[in-house]
Amino acid sequence: MTVSVQEADFDAGAEIAALSAGRDDVGAVASFVGLVRADKAARVGADHTAAVQAMTLEHYPGMTEKALQEIVTEARGRWELQGVRVIHRVGRLLPGARIVFVAVASSHRGDAFAACEFIMDYLKTRAPFWKKEETPAGGRWVDARESDDAAAGRWQSGAG
Amino acid sequence: MTVKVLFFAGLREALGTGSESLALPGGIATVGGLRDLLAARGEPWSALATTKNLRVALNQQMVGLDAPLKGGDEVAFFPPVTGG
Repeated sequence: MTVSVQEADFDAGAEIAALSAGRDDVGAVASFVGLVRADKAARVGADHTAAVQAMTLEHYPGMTEKALQEIVTEARGRWELQGVRVIHRVGRLLPGARIVFVAVASSHRGDAFAACEFIMDYLKTRAPFWKKEETPAGGRWVDARESDDAAAGRWQSGAG
Repeated sequence: MTVKVLFFAGLREALGTGSESLALPGGIATVGGLRDLLAARGEPWSALATTKNLRVALNQQMVGLDAPLKGGDEVAFFPPVTGG
């Protein structure tokens, strides 16, 4: 299984180990774990009503899994990869909780690092997930960030 | 023709519904035409016209508003994605 969308937490160490289990040709595994931050108050000044108490992740069942698989397929077309694992959690998550996991196995670190970052950049702009934050002032949907579009866009310049 | 329409995230909340099955009147041939038809229902449906950077998926693939519709299609409207 390459792609999972699930409510359950994951064991990043076990997932990383599984990518090279039983084989001796893997030279590098690069991984990324995204977490729920509570520090939004820092962005809007000292307004503690903006602190994130929890986050709920919504997705589009069916399309989300397909979109993630397509991103993995595109990464496999760009780099020599020996294994890929993507896990994205949905439902209500508390600060400090793991949200997303991406790990990529390859012969060499260059392909592993690049593919891992590419998958995250594309996931953030192409996979249908939406975050709603709970704060003392109420719930609010997170706005998409232009910096995420820019991060995904740089892979289209041929520099990847 | 009949299509299935889905709404997600803030748009779903604003509309108070996540999905509906809709028999399209003649002349509605694209997802943009469907968007305009729904938005013309008035509040709260005008959110479909005012949502910044509204995204559309046709049969679970991202498309532009000029994508053509056929019977049985699944059309989803949602705000820009914010996962990861």
